[in-house]
Amino acid sequence: MKADVEPRPVAGRSGVAPGEVLLSLEHVSLSFGGVRALRDVSFDIRKGEIRAIIGPNGAGKTSMLNVINGFYHPQEGVITFKGKRRHDMRPYLAASQGIARTFQNVALFKGMSTLDNIMTGRTLKMRRGILAHMLHWGPAQREEIRHREAVERIIDFLEIAHIRKVPVGKLPYGLQKRVELGRALAMEPELLLLDEPMAGMNLEEKQDMSRFILTVKDSFDTTIALIEHDMGVVMDLSDRVVVLDYGRKIADGSPAAVQVDQAVIDAYLGVAH
Amino acid sequence: MTGTSASQTVAPAGDDALDTIPKLLLRNATTHALRPAIRHKDFGIWQTWTWAQLCEEVRALSIGLRKLHLKRGDTVAIIGDNRPRLYATFAAVQCLGAIPVPVYQDSVAEEMAYVLEHAEVKIAVVEDQEQVDKVVSVADRLPQLKKIIYDDPRGLKEYEATNLHAFTDVQGLGREEMHANPGAEGWWLDEIGKGQGADVSVMLYTSGTTGRPKGVMLTHANIVVSARNGNRFDGFGPDDTLLAYLPMAWVGDHLFSYGQAYTAAMCVCCPESPETVVEDRREIGPTYFFAPPRVFENLLTQIMVRMEDAGAIKRRMFHAFLGVARRCGEDILNGKRVGAADRLLYGLGNFLVYAPLRNRMGFSRTRVAYTAGEAIGPELFRFYRALGINLKQLYGQTEASVYITLQPDGEVYSDSVGKPGPDVEIKIADSGEVLFRSPGVFLKYYKNEEATRAAKTPEGWVHTGDAGFFDQRGHLKIIDRAKDVGRLNNGALFAPKYLENRLKFYPEVREAVAFGQGEDFATMLVNIDLISVGNWAERNGVAYASYQELAAHTQVIEMVRARVDEMNKALAQEPQMAASQIRRFLILHKELDADDGELTRTLKVRRSFISERYAPLIKALYDGSRSCHVATEMTFEDGRKGVVEGEVAIIDMAVYPARAPQPLREAAE
Repeated sequence: MKADVEPRPVAGRSGVAPGEVLLSLEHVSLSFGGVRALRDVSFDIRKGEIRAIIGPNGAGKTSMLNVINGFYHPQEGVITFKGKRRHDMRPYLAASQGIARTFQNVALFKGMSTLDNIMTGRTLKMRRGILAHMLHWGPAQREEIRHREAVERIIDFLEIAHIRKVPVGKLPYGLQKRVELGRALAMEPELLLLDEPMAGMNLEEKQDMSRFILTVKDSFDTTIALIEHDMGVVMDLSDRVVVLDYGRKIADGSPAAVQVDQAVIDAYLGVAH
Repeated sequence: MTGTSASQTVAPAGDDALDTIPKLLLRNATTHALRPAIRHKDFGIWQTWTWAQLCEEVRALSIGLRKLHLKRGDTVAIIGDNRPRLYATFAAVQCLGAIPVPVYQDSVAEEMAYVLEHAEVKIAVVEDQEQVDKVVSVADRLPQLKKIIYDDPRGLKEYEATNLHAFTDVQGLGREEMHANPGAEGWWLDEIGKGQGADVSVMLYTSGTTGRPKGVMLTHANIVVSARNGNRFDGFGPDDTLLAYLPMAWVGDHLFSYGQAYTAAMCVCCPESPETVVEDRREIGPTYFFAPPRVFENLLTQIMVRMEDAGAIKRRMFHAFLGVARRCGEDILNGKRVGAADRLLYGLGNFLVYAPLRNRMGFSRTRVAYTAGEAIGPELFRFYRALGINLKQLYGQTEASVYITLQPDGEVYSDSVGKPGPDVEIKIADSGEVLFRSPGVFLKYYKNEEATRAAKTPEGWVHTGDAGFFDQRGHLKIIDRAKDVGRLNNGALFAPKYLENRLKFYPEVREAVAFGQGEDFATMLVNIDLISVGNWAERNGVAYASYQELAAHTQVIEMVRARVDEMNKALAQEPQMAASQIRRFLILHKELDADDGELTRTLKVRRSFISERYAPLIKALYDGSRSCHVATEMTFEDGRKGVVEGEVAIIDMAVYPARAPQPLREAAE
């Protein structure tokens, strides 16, 4: 009765083997007028890892994510994704290449149901036109059924079946975060960017979310880059951590190594600059 | 196949031969092969197993379990939410003559360990990672536990334990064996043939209000005969559908969703998840529905809250027609004579209000709904009946394979639990305790001769532990647990549950615990209902961060005070109960919770535990203090503990003079 399928891994779609570099940033600098948000930052994200980006407020973490998904354009530096150097990136291009993200302040369609919100994540995968879908006939219908199935798998995975038809605006914050993760997953991304996935959650919700993130990594064949303030979560979840402070990279390494790094301790405790 | 009418159960001939559940499975797989046996909503779509498919799944699992060395007489734990595969496990285990032991799926690991150890479970079939983790965490104490089988593989990929098997893999073992060995199926049929009515079919651990749970051993004859009697009483047959959503470890679910489903070849539907039950019920429209009063209470609270939020026109229409229903709805359901004008109004109300309401609640097709487990508030009971839902009460126990008394159609009263069920004898002891004897009487408690002797006389009479009496209509009335009925110092009768149930009818009150045994007057601990009061707070702009904060709000206290006052006024009208008016009460700073041991797993109040745990509060209720400081440990769902503390206000109540004794009928009005 129950199809025993875990969320389907789409194996080897990028040709990047696990453990190899999926995305690399070299000497990236970004400024807004006189404000230098990122200064000469270099690091990479390897296929199949959970990469945390941490740092005090205003360190440039969200700017970093915005650079990765093509929302900001760095003035200097080279970004390579899946072995190809990127030029003139736009968010929709990044999305079509397999980069999905969630936002610090949940950005869902409040009036639409959970189901429809997650369905929007499938937009890029829809092949039929608006007209065909309006008529809901033949191939368009079959396509919708196929996508609906994918969405239902995500709903099942994130345990949100009970809110399938509830407008997301009515949902508590923790659930909205989960729906947003669902929408990002619906894109079947190769790289998933999570901007503070646990912000404003209670302990139980954080534990649930951690479990989902770990399962996403394992079962969806997805690489994850996340920004998070809860150090406990970062240290538990991530394989490698990069630390930013005032737009500069000050440390990069395993959670254990970063924790004892003097520059990191100074950044968090505050030292005169 | 479809010709069988709903009122006809199985053909009486051959009933004697069909004395075990596995034999019934074989019969259903032939005579009802293509009819739905079990449905489950998965990925948003209802999926169906026919009886023939169910039989095949059971056979594959059964032979697979045999390959894992499961033998006649072994015990198998079943832990999880209501899922088709877990129901199939019951049958697969029973086919081999082994004994299924369902365990409450929300038990913490410690409670689970006790049952698994006591029942000497050899294999545990569990739902998912959560349950696997719990069983694994106590496995070192369970030397006889050899295998864990899981239904849902999610999150279990990385587990390396060699004694862990996927459900489908075990079925695979069975299918391979059938492929390789043509005699396997015949062997399996022989094993089923060896089963007899007198064999133990299932062991159910009672979530007793005191002490460790006891393993109630029920035979196939207990289950099959009780199920047939139940089916005959209400005319259930293959066209009936029910929703299985109550814990599988509870006797009610075992008898309704398993025993009665197999004997009548009914279709059992499993919800998508515990959170979607209301929506799933609406989609399925069960013809037979069972729920403890709490579920009906929650449903009513939700409806009332939603109506408060509705527009003025809808709200007025709702209340106007509800008035009509209260006036004549129950008489119409009972088939009594009702005036033409009322009939017309009720018809209109049915079209505009009752039918849509029934549909929303999932009762559109419900022929029979039962409630039991606790007394149901009379207003609550009448509300559902007035809407045209045939809600009835029954009284039962695990030790009776459920049925002791039931209300026959047309003889439904809110204050009784009905007449003795088919083949059930009842007598009342001098102490007021109810005793029964029936074909459903359990064999014994597992490894507990002493308890068996205490509960069951050599003649087969079972002590229920409940106090009750037969009224002039021949209906049984239960007042309280026999040991809980006490007296105040002035000698007046004190029945705590009677008081609690009255207060709990108000939507603002979720739980109440009354005290008064050996005291001068009655007092109460109250839990507010977070849904109902929370909604009120939202509408009135009252901000709160936690249950504790809301419970201590002065307006909330005033709201509850008004309810207690109403109750006292009503109690003053009842000669036997007037002395039990509540003099002082307080609102607890935390919700009573099964994880803290304050409620049983079936959500009944554990009175003695609460009176120990909250001794300082109870003392304060009687020593005249205005408030009391309290700190209480609470357990979170994952087993971690925290402390809630605060100052709890104690409220004094006015007491009304008792009305002189009057005829009972009038007093009830």
